[in-house]
Amino acid sequence: MSGNIAILGYGLSAIGPGIGIGLIFAAYINGVARQPEARGMLQTIAILGFALAEALAIFGLVLAFVFK
Amino acid sequence: MSPTALATPFLAAASGDGGGYHAPEPQEFYQPLIGHGDWALTRPIVVMAISVGLIAWFLLATTKRASVVPSRGQWVTEALHTFVRNSLARDIIGSKEFLRFVPALFTLFSILLVNNLFGIIPPIQFPTMGRIGFPIALTLVVYVVYHTVGIRKKGFRNYIGGMIPKGLPGPIYILIVPLELLTQFITQPLTLSLRLFGNMFAGHMLLLLFITGGQYMVIHGSIGLKFAGAGSFVMAFVLMIFEGLIELLQAYIFTLLAATYIAAALADEH
Repeated sequence: MSGNIAILGYGLSAIGPGIGIGLIFAAYINGVARQPEARGMLQTIAILGFALAEALAIFGLVLAFVFK
Repeated sequence: MSPTALATPFLAAASGDGGGYHAPEPQEFYQPLIGHGDWALTRPIVVMAISVGLIAWFLLATTKRASVVPSRGQWVTEALHTFVRNSLARDIIGSKEFLRFVPALFTLFSILLVNNLFGIIPPIQFPTMGRIGFPIALTLVVYVVYHTVGIRKKGFRNYIGGMIPKGLPGPIYILIVPLELLTQFITQPLTLSLRLFGNMFAGHMLLLLFITGGQYMVIHGSIGLKFAGAGSFVMAFVLMIFEGLIELLQAYIFTLLAATYIAAALADEH
């Protein structure tokens, strides 16, 4: 079996954001279910949080290719 | 330049003739069309030029004879502009100062939207933002804008001072000051450009892998692998729809974060 260990690093770096994004959207769904009229406001906040949490996974991806 | 000239480099790179299957690599994103080296005319720059022309033509054509009862094109332009103006600029920057940033945000949004969607629209099918230079250029615009408006509004000293939270116990500042400055001046622009780049790059790599892999399995594989190749094509189709969603979302997120950074630079002392 051949491959690159850097890709494993990407896998590790994707765990945290994966959990984080799951929590963010769980909270968003909860919020909308409780108060449907707050959807517009919550959506912006949820997507902002999603973008910030995702950054770590993207770092991992880019670094996996950089240190190849 | 014909559309096929834009589309061929992938097929050339993907046909696994001889020596087994070659998995797609980052090098596949470098596709010079004319010339080579640093000054080559590459495929992304052509796609970018096409997108700019297309957007300019569309916006001019739909707003030149604007009427109270909008035509279909005018309706599209108005809906997009209203979306950027109201749910991005006004809600985030605040109703007092948002108006002067609407043109910049709308430009960013439309450029990103068209360029990202070009990633899945045949015959172009190339995400311009999959080359790191383009996100960096766009981020540079945002970076200069939000620092400039911040410094112009508060003055240099107050602007830098406003980045650092007040009312913490003394020694904590040794830790907080470098961290906050690092966030504002390095991490924010870095993540802004890398997020866009990473999403476009990774999404396109995924499509490339499924399509070229499927092609290789169907053409060169045994009977079992041919079925797997067909499955790979189905996966590529599903992922292409998913990719379209990601592309819309990334255009939105980039503009959203640009607006957020501008809002943070303009915000009063917290």
